[in-house]
Amino acid sequence: MMAGKGADAEERKPVLELRQVNTHYGLVAVLRDVDMAIYPGEMVCLLGGNASGKSTTLKTILGYVTPSSGEVVFDGEVISGKSTTEIVRRGVSMVPENRRLFGDMTVEENLLLGAYTRTDKAAVEQDRQMVLDTFPVVGERLKQKAGTLSGGQQQMVAMGRALMANPKVLLMDEPSMGLAPILVDQVFEIIKTIRSLGRTVFVVEQNANMALSIADRGYVIQTGRVVLADTAANLLANPMMREAYLGEL
Amino acid sequence: MILAGLVVLVVVAAIKTFTLPAEAGPGELSRYTADTWRSFIIGGLSEGAVLALIALGYSLVYGILRMINFAHGEVFMMGAFASYFVADRFSDNDFLSSSPAIAMIVILAVAIGVSVLVAILLERVCYRPLRNAPRLVPLITAIGASLFLQNTARGFFGPQARGYPQPDFLDGSWNLLSFDIARIDLVMIVVSIVLVAILDYFVSSTRTGRSMRAVALDADIAKLMGIDVDRVIVTTFAIGGVLAGVAGVMFAMRFEQISFTTGFRPGIAAFTAAVLGGIGSIRGAALGALLVGLLRSLGPALLVGFNIPSVFQLEDAITFLVLVFVLLYRPGGLLGSAAAEKL
Ligand SMILES: Nc1ncnc2c1ncn2[C@@H]1O[C@H](COP(=O)(O)OP(=O)(O)OP(=O)(O)O)[C@@H](O)[C@H]1O
Ligand SMILES: [Mg+2]
Repeated sequence: MMAGKGADAEERKPVLELRQVNTHYGLVAVLRDVDMAIYPGEMVCLLGGNASGKSTTLKTILGYVTPSSGEVVFDGEVISGKSTTEIVRRGVSMVPENRRLFGDMTVEENLLLGAYTRTDKAAVEQDRQMVLDTFPVVGERLKQKAGTLSGGQQQMVAMGRALMANPKVLLMDEPSMGLAPILVDQVFEIIKTIRSLGRTVFVVEQNANMALSIADRGYVIQTGRVVLADTAANLLANPMMREAYLGEL
Repeated sequence: MILAGLVVLVVVAAIKTFTLPAEAGPGELSRYTADTWRSFIIGGLSEGAVLALIALGYSLVYGILRMINFAHGEVFMMGAFASYFVADRFSDNDFLSSSPAIAMIVILAVAIGVSVLVAILLERVCYRPLRNAPRLVPLITAIGASLFLQNTARGFFGPQARGYPQPDFLDGSWNLLSFDIARIDLVMIVVSIVLVAILDYFVSSTRTGRSMRAVALDADIAKLMGIDVDRVIVTTFAIGGVLAGVAGVMFAMRFEQISFTTGFRPGIAAFTAAVLGGIGSIRGAALGALLVGLLRSLGPALLVGFNIPSVFQLEDAITFLVLVFVLLYRPGGLLGSAAAEKL
């Protein structure tokens, strides 16, 4: 398989790695022999059609489901088999599919929960400030119930909440889903901003064009198997990609 | 329709009750005096105070697990029963009257300790292994646990009720704003208000409280925040245990007795209160308990005019009626649908 890492990433160790991961729901195999590696500071996207196993990949990383074979390695340690709580505490965070805010709680409380496990008060306050700078809308709504925000605003709170954990790797599951086109652009701008802050981001998207335009590399998954792994530029140029995912014939 | 019929019935009964002759011959019913009504109200408030503490246990657990812990009445009974042995001892050797403060602290500590222990064991042994089972399964288990605990108490401590001592300082009454109120009633009401207020603050404003609400709203995402969901659940059961322990001591002291069935009726009444207020909501549980307490006390009194033999035995029937009607017409409860501070 092609390993399209950036030149200087070559010598570094991946911060997150999936090795020959198989995941089942009951007897149904959803991920098959999946190999992936994310390097520090990279933005990697995971593309694929409906029900191809994208969300399952993220759930496997986070320990919501345990792989039936293979392992997930984070920061040099095997994390597969550990609880979600434990994995999150080690530094993985996620902007979940459909945002999943605590709708009955205020925006402020949602952000506080993002930093739930952190004890470094000063650094938390800094991150809070960073989040409020990155998403001015969030700052205006701190006392509002999160469930009463618009979809776009909720997406920003969800991202802010995930950033409040100061994660070593930030996972995102279809951040553009269900948003109006202008908001989609806005969300990708924000992901770019997050990326420019030096974050390591692994983003699941159906919007392949957009995702590849901001990512370093991408994986393409089909019925649970990785079928392509390459740099974003190469994927954008790949004829098979153009046909299947980029909406061109 | 049925509801309207009932309302008419109650109004008619109330009119009859209020128009009873003020003076009556021997063996006849006479109209209650204002003093009597006041004592019904205070009795209702103090019962409501105890019910609130128990109802919160149902409500907190339901908020987090969407499960009715039907064994919660036994959590209350077990704590009270354990404290009985200490209280009885203190009463025999006069410690209860010579140093009532220390004695009360020890009695409460024992009751709280045992209630918390029973609550945590229930969670560990009966509910945790079933967390992913269909919802009916833990419900049946809860009823089983309830019967198990009742019969354990019966087996070890015997079927007869035992006299629970009441400390001297709670005997008699205080004069409050020109009328007398039994000390025990006032203490129950004040303690309950204080505890409900503390709990409300705890859940709405502390980090642990926030984690409890997060688990209640979305356990999977709570994990994503790094919250240890199992620990939050244990904490919730423990808080329910603390409240039940305090309630158990107050209840036993008020009625000056304890038996293996002590948890049953208050348990049902408190469950009704939790449902009436909107299960899952703290303020709802408190409000529901207040209403149920008053209904249990005033309801039979209003029906006195019908000349029903032993009308005061109807309090449980009234409780069940309330439960059925809430479930039929407003399953979300009074504050439940607002969901404002749903746990
Ligand atoms: N909890 C579950 N139990 C059983 N099967 C599941 C479960 N979750 C997902 N699946 C199945 O696994 C397959 C992959 O699902 P997954 O959610 O990973 O897809 P996806 O690529 O994220 O799709 P989408 O783009 O629609 O979000 C689907 O066939 C789905 O039905
Ligand atoms: Mg998905």
